[in-house]
This record gives sequence, structure tokens and C-alpha cells, in this order.
Amino acid sequence: MNLPLFSAVQVGDVLPALTLPPVSRHTLALFAGGSGDHNPLHIDFDFARQAGFADVFAQGMLGMAWLGRLLTGWVPQAQLRQWSVRFTAVTHVGDVLTCQGRVVEKQDRAAATDEDRVRVAIEMVDARGEVKIAGEALVALPDGTA
Amino acid sequence: MIDTRWIGETLPPAELTLERGRLRFFAKAIGETDPVYVDLEAARAAGHPDLPAPPTFLFAAELDAGAAFWLVARLGVPLARILHGEQGFAYERLVYAGETLAVHTRIADIYTKRNGALEFVVLESRVVDAHGAAVGSQRSVWVARHPAASLTEAT
Repeated sequence: MNLPLFSAVQVGDVLPALTLPPVSRHTLALFAGGSGDHNPLHIDFDFARQAGFADVFAQGMLGMAWLGRLLTGWVPQAQLRQWSVRFTAVTHVGDVLTCQGRVVEKQDRAAATDEDRVRVAIEMVDARGEVKIAGEALVALPDGTA
Repeated sequence: MIDTRWIGETLPPAELTLERGRLRFFAKAIGETDPVYVDLEAARAAGHPDLPAPPTFLFAAELDAGAAFWLVARLGVPLARILHGEQGFAYERLVYAGETLAVHTRIADIYTKRNGALEFVVLESRVVDAHGAAVGSQRSVWVARHPAASLTEAT
């Protein structure tokens, strides 16, 4: 993986987008087991209906894991310092999702951190453009002279 | 209403040993195709001692701590009424298969919005390695819907 250099990255640069196959019940079931989130709202249609939902829906952390793939597809994971997201809309079975990111700020090396960092706005949207998850990540980048 | 006396309460500490099989299963579940996360040789070729845990995997440790179910039992909030509002991570270093991590979670805040129609519980966790050194932290905001509030209002 070629690590982008801090000096070469500009505000407004976009990350290579990650487009996902339509959300399936199979994926929700696998993620329940893999993540340890056994909440039946995501895998048991009967439970979801009884709770007042029309159908099961995706675990929020499944979407965040996909946003994680967006970030680690751009830089090695060790460069990721911190990130946070808000879950703004429910992801439904059949949704076709895209994860995208954009550099919104360059933070020059500071005494407190001793490294150059960029702030990246990230979001997961469906085919109609509805934002399902939105957030930000702080990523350390080499300056190319070290 | 959730009793605000729970603010500051610590959850039972949890231990999670990262297993290669679990990490590979997690990678499969999220469609991860980067061999670094599933192929030991690829991971080592990239300079890792073993398979690394992906960025959100620490959350599984918190779930294994039974955080959600502890909330249900202690705070009196039915699982069907809880939604995940926000999630954040900060990292000191990567963690790898073979490591045993401990998660220490506390209830950082409890507050309501819309005259109590929505209740918020903020959890903050420190994750430490077998030597007690910090490897990262996470922050979760959970939203409990009052029965009268619709899903649309909650999101």
C-alpha cells in the first residue's frame, strides 16, 4: 500500500470510495456472530415485528466497520488515531451503500502530537443519497522527509 | 426514566482473548478483502506480529462484556427500545490475535431530550493489554426510545 504523503494531500481530496453489495439478511446474521452483537432486532424478523419495526435492520456497527474498510483501504490501520460517527438513519435490507471520505483539514505537526495529521469527513450513503452514518477521522501521515 | 444515579457507575470488567478464527470470521462478515486481516503470511509480510484486529473490533470486546445486556437489566430499558446513537474510537496501538484485552467501562452520562421522549446513556471504555498498558478507548452513546416516540424521532 502506498501511503499518501502529508505534503501531497490537499483539503478536498477524496478517498477511493467503497461501494458495497446490497445488504442481505445473510450478512446481518454473519455480523451478529462475528461482532458479538446478538440483538435479535437485526436477525429475528418476528422479534423485530413485535418491537414495532417492519423488518430486521442492519447493526449500526456493521456500517461503521464498512467505514473502517474505507479508511484502511486508504492508509494502513496504524495511521488511524481516532474517529467517531453518528448513526443518522436506519440501514435496511436491500440498501445499496457507498462509503466515502474527504480531507477537510490539514493539521501541521504540533508539539503535543509530533506528527502531521489530516482530518477526514466520512459518510455512508444509500443509492438515493440518504446519509446513514456520518463522522470524522484523524489520520497521521508521513511528511516524506523523515 | 433512567435513574441518573447510575452516572459514574462502572460495568463489570471484561476480558477478551483475540483469536485468529474470530478475527477471520469478523473479516468475512464485513466483507474485508485485504489479506493483512485474514492471511497470517500477508500480515507478517506487512510487519505485523499476527493478524491485526480491524478498527471497530474493540467494540466486540465491549459487547462480550455484556454491556448492552447489563444496561437492559440494571437500567430497566428493554433491548427493543435501544438504538446506537454514536460511536467513537481512539487508538494507542494496533492489537493482534493472541492478545488478551481487558475492557473497563463506565457510565459517563445519562440525559434526556424532548421532555423525556428520548433518553441517552453515554458509555466510556478503556481497553488495556495484558500488561495493563492502554491500547485504546471507545465512547458509545445509546438512545432509549420512550414507547410514545417513533423510530423516526429517535434517528
